[in-house]
Amino acid sequence: MNMPIPEVNAAPTSTAARTTFAALWRPALVQAFVKLDPRQLKRSPVMLVVELTAIFTTLLCFVPQNGVTTAVAVQIALWLWFTVLFANFAEALAEGRGKARADSLKAGSQGLTARRRNSAGRFEVVAASALRKGDVVRVDAGEMIPGDGEVIEGIAAVNEAAITGESAPVIRESGGDRSAVTGNTRLVSDWLLIQITSNPGESTLDRMIALVEGAKRQKTPNEIALDILLIGLTLIFLVVVATLQPFAHFAGGSLPMVFLVALLVTLIPTTIGGLLSAIGIAGMDRLVRLNVIARSGRAVEAAGDVHVLLLDKTGTITFGNRRCSAVLAAPGVTARELAEGALLASLADDTAEGKSIVEYLRQLHDFNEPAAALLTPVAFSAETRLSGVDFEQRRYRKGAVDSLLAFVGMQRLDMPAPLAREVDKIAQSGGTPLLVCVDKRLLGVIHLKDVVKPGIRERFAELRKLGIRTVMVTGDNPLTAAAIAAEAGVDDVLAEATPEKKLARIRQEQNDGRLVAMCGDGANDAPALAQADVGMAMNDGTQAAREAANMVDLDSDPTKLLDVVQIGKELLVTRGALTTFSIANDVAKYFAILPALFAAIYPQLGVLNLMHLSSPQSAILSAIVFNALIIVVLIPLALRGVRVQAASAAHLLRRNLLIYGLGGLVVPFVGIKLIDMLLTALQLV
Amino acid sequence: MHSYDYAVLLAFFALVLIPAPWLGRFYYKVMEGKRTWMSPVLGPVERGCYRIAGVDPGKEQSWQKYAVALLAFNLAGFLMVFGVLQLQGYLPLNPQHLPGQEWSLAFNTAVSFMTNTNWQSYSGEASVSYLSQMIGLTVQNFVSAATGLAVLVALCRGIARRSASTVGNFWVDMTRATLYGLLPLCLLLALFLVWQGVPQTFTDYVHALTLQGADQTIPLGPAASQIAIKQLGTNGGGFFGVNSAHPFENPTAWSNLFEVSSIILIPVALVFTFGHYVKDLRQSRAIIACMLALFLIGGGTALWAESQANPALSNPQVEQTAPLEGKESRFGTTASVLWTVTTTAASNGSVNNMHDSLNPISSMVALVNMMVGEVIFGGVGAGLYGMLLNVLIAVFLAGLMIGRTPEYLGKKLQAREVQLLVATLLVMPVGVLVLSALATSLPGPAAAVSNPGAHGFSQVLYAYTSASANNGSAFAGFGANTPYHNVMIGLGMLIGRFGYILPVLALAGCLAMKKSAPVGQNSFPTHGPLFATLLVVTILLVGGLTFLPALALGPIAEHLSMGF
Repeated sequence: MNMPIPEVNAAPTSTAARTTFAALWRPALVQAFVKLDPRQLKRSPVMLVVELTAIFTTLLCFVPQNGVTTAVAVQIALWLWFTVLFANFAEALAEGRGKARADSLKAGSQGLTARRRNSAGRFEVVAASALRKGDVVRVDAGEMIPGDGEVIEGIAAVNEAAITGESAPVIRESGGDRSAVTGNTRLVSDWLLIQITSNPGESTLDRMIALVEGAKRQKTPNEIALDILLIGLTLIFLVVVATLQPFAHFAGGSLPMVFLVALLVTLIPTTIGGLLSAIGIAGMDRLVRLNVIARSGRAVEAAGDVHVLLLDKTGTITFGNRRCSAVLAAPGVTARELAEGALLASLADDTAEGKSIVEYLRQLHDFNEPAAALLTPVAFSAETRLSGVDFEQRRYRKGAVDSLLAFVGMQRLDMPAPLAREVDKIAQSGGTPLLVCVDKRLLGVIHLKDVVKPGIRERFAELRKLGIRTVMVTGDNPLTAAAIAAEAGVDDVLAEATPEKKLARIRQEQNDGRLVAMCGDGANDAPALAQADVGMAMNDGTQAAREAANMVDLDSDPTKLLDVVQIGKELLVTRGALTTFSIANDVAKYFAILPALFAAIYPQLGVLNLMHLSSPQSAILSAIVFNALIIVVLIPLALRGVRVQAASAAHLLRRNLLIYGLGGLVVPFVGIKLIDMLLTALQLV
Repeated sequence: MHSYDYAVLLAFFALVLIPAPWLGRFYYKVMEGKRTWMSPVLGPVERGCYRIAGVDPGKEQSWQKYAVALLAFNLAGFLMVFGVLQLQGYLPLNPQHLPGQEWSLAFNTAVSFMTNTNWQSYSGEASVSYLSQMIGLTVQNFVSAATGLAVLVALCRGIARRSASTVGNFWVDMTRATLYGLLPLCLLLALFLVWQGVPQTFTDYVHALTLQGADQTIPLGPAASQIAIKQLGTNGGGFFGVNSAHPFENPTAWSNLFEVSSIILIPVALVFTFGHYVKDLRQSRAIIACMLALFLIGGGTALWAESQANPALSNPQVEQTAPLEGKESRFGTTASVLWTVTTTAASNGSVNNMHDSLNPISSMVALVNMMVGEVIFGGVGAGLYGMLLNVLIAVFLAGLMIGRTPEYLGKKLQAREVQLLVATLLVMPVGVLVLSALATSLPGPAAAVSNPGAHGFSQVLYAYTSASANNGSAFAGFGANTPYHNVMIGLGMLIGRFGYILPVLALAGCLAMKKSAPVGQNSFPTHGPLFATLLVVTILLVGGLTFLPALALGPIAEHLSMGF
């Protein structure tokens, strides 16, 4: 699925913007050495084994060995160290990008204080880090909100740019669906009484940091499973290499220890073992850059697995508000007359609907629009349920069918037949008809409709290719819902949806073994968000929804659910691709090392030296060098992730097997040969 | 190759592949207690067995209970054979008055038959009484095969069931496997073999005076009944020392053809049984295709190798044909190679030619067949559950590449499953490499090897591979009947058998408990040529990466030393 992940539109601060490679590689290089600490490497058992063998080989350099010059032994030891360092560097680089952003956020929270209400009902100043769940704090205009919480009193504008990158302030008030506030955001007006909802270390910001820091990151279920497999493979190769010496003794020879160590390291899956953590961190970082905060990596992985997406119609599939899509004149009215009337009736209308009418009509005709001062706006009132202007003693009005008919004093049945037909047609297609009149003269009808977002249909088609079904959830009646569903190309509709119906639908899908993803914002969405395998809450929604979901979208853009699915899939594909590549590599390494290893015992095994490597020593060194360098070569892929196109599983499998499986078989033959030529030319062996 | 050779190969595949789908469906019905045409006859017997044993056939077991029942049953079987072999001197049906076996030999033999390996450190006619053959070895030939079948159907149920806590009832599975699965076919094959000239008698060995005037003892015994199950149950333990090269075990070309076909008949049929369990025969076809491909690769290589003249003897004065040393001249090269490839592919330890004399490359084919874990058809039940483990590994490795958590037939493969898979992956390296390394580095055990250098290494490697893979065939030339080798080979057989069975049962239990995602367009395709190819490559890659260094020091070095 070719869903380009949009770059974050506005980086919150200038420090976080410098996430370029140039700014990152230096600290990453330092980190690569810091991470040599075995306590840190413990998280990646394969690399720990490499480090232990590096230490062992370094010691072996001081022991003279048969058939291995000290120069070669030292080079092997060095490259073993490089192997660990390269892997550490990859992880540090992945961490760096997310950390730059997290650090700037963290900096903002340092030294933050809060006014906490004590038991006596008085406010006292405490450090923000001392706040606990349930504490109540008061924040005034110009102050930072000290932690995640829920507004219990007051209404205020909050600038959330530090978290979302969106500079326009948003309104937060107690009750309703706009009551949640996020720590480290700034109040720009009024005051709020906030009940803190998270303990230190559990806030949105903390979660964001924990996702992109290797040492704190929790491994995802699939990562754990893969880790077990890698450990298993390492054990197998340990047995293979450890038993070779007795076998060689039986054949009347002896193998140099350095070579055996080299064989072990080339065989164990160092490529994937070294990059596994970087892949995970980079995936989370991509999510963070999308401004989506996941409670854990587990949810992101589950997103790659979902079978069904439950998507709210409004805001996800359609623009939130209805727009003008056509105007139709009543019999005896010219198009120009209608257009002018409709334009005037809407000029003073500030609603999105009104603006869309003006926009639409301006595209159709050139008008000599009267100056705004000449118009007397008539605002929408609950009494008349009409809006419009008075201009040159004429009253231009637009409104719902029944209201406007009342205004012109006409019965519904007396409406001209062609106009009545159009009105019915609009209603049936899921749109809203608005009548327009000037004084008592009916001019025509405006067709307002839910406009499906451009490109959404194509995205659904891509999802369908990946086998993911989309279900549109809407409160509309089934007829209206079906019309929009057909236009948007969703697979199924849940019309007249209530929170109960939503929850029941999720349960039913899950009982059939499917994984369900959904997004929501209202408090009544909370149960469904909790039930769904992937639940994404909107940041401007309620605290209840944010608690129940396993992801929060800081930009409150439900369409991002599709991007999250994409990231989940990329994460899994990247891991699979590099695992396959890593294992396939071993074939070539055998053909390089085995003839070299047994050269003294069975020279005739030189037939297996398919690459015609120049000498046993250079063969083994080349394999080790290749093994280390391939990690560096693959860092960009690990950080960027393998693209997932919209295609069936069989197609994806065939394509990726060819690239990473077959590629993994062939590439090392070429690479090792080239390195061997280089080493020989440089006379390093 | 002559037209006769092609006819043999054609007849072999026809005899196996034509009845297999039908037999596979029959096994599915039988194991699930559905009514078949045999029910009127065997149904009362089956119910009688349950009544006598006090088993409630409707009550299923969790995988743990299933495993405990299996271990208890196997332990009892081991103790009985061990006891009978040691005490046979005091027991009836021993016309030759053979004494009890030495303890390490009895241990080795008892483990060998309990684990469906049938490694024989003894010669049947020289050290085992008729009673021991019948109530010791033949009984184990039946129940060890039935045990494999029981474990397989437990795994099949684990994959097919959803949110279930049980995997079947061990006692019921054993009864049905033996009663419907093995006995009727064995009866037919035994009668056929008797017709072809295999003895089935309790009389004494026959003493004869040869034309040269020498005394000859001709061993007899109740052979046909044991040989039938020896082949059908993928056991392979010969009634006589030289196994199926003996004219009384394998008297004619017809007996040779039917015996070799019956080795893989049940393993092939069980692949279809699996398809019925998961209600998707496309899965069976992909697995069969993979097995056949590996079989043909191995068979083709061995046939080619055995038709090469020995370059060590190349001399314009000497006209050489395909080497016949160690082969039964009655059957010729093709039938011998077919036997070798089939038995090593299918975990059957019988031989009709001496593997020690094989060209190094064909002996490597035999070794590789075993090293990949006896999954090319493999033992009854054991072959397919081993193959399914490979399927799961392939799915886990490549499954990620479609952007989903790996799933097999809707069941997610997570940490627990991978843990169990890894446990089984370690069985062959530990059994083969560690035990061989011990045997080659200890001075006493290493002295049992009759040849120096690469060929001698092949002998040791073969012995421990054969044990760990529960194959049971021997390379010969290796004096295995020493207390050290008896015990260690016994250990290899135990690791190779239960190192698979226990994780497989645990896997069955944990897959059964899972919900199953609907299989659709976005699920990993586990049928079709792409998957079959992936499976072949996975098996060769996992096996190859583990054993290539050892093979390089054995058959590969030997092959290259001979000047090919």
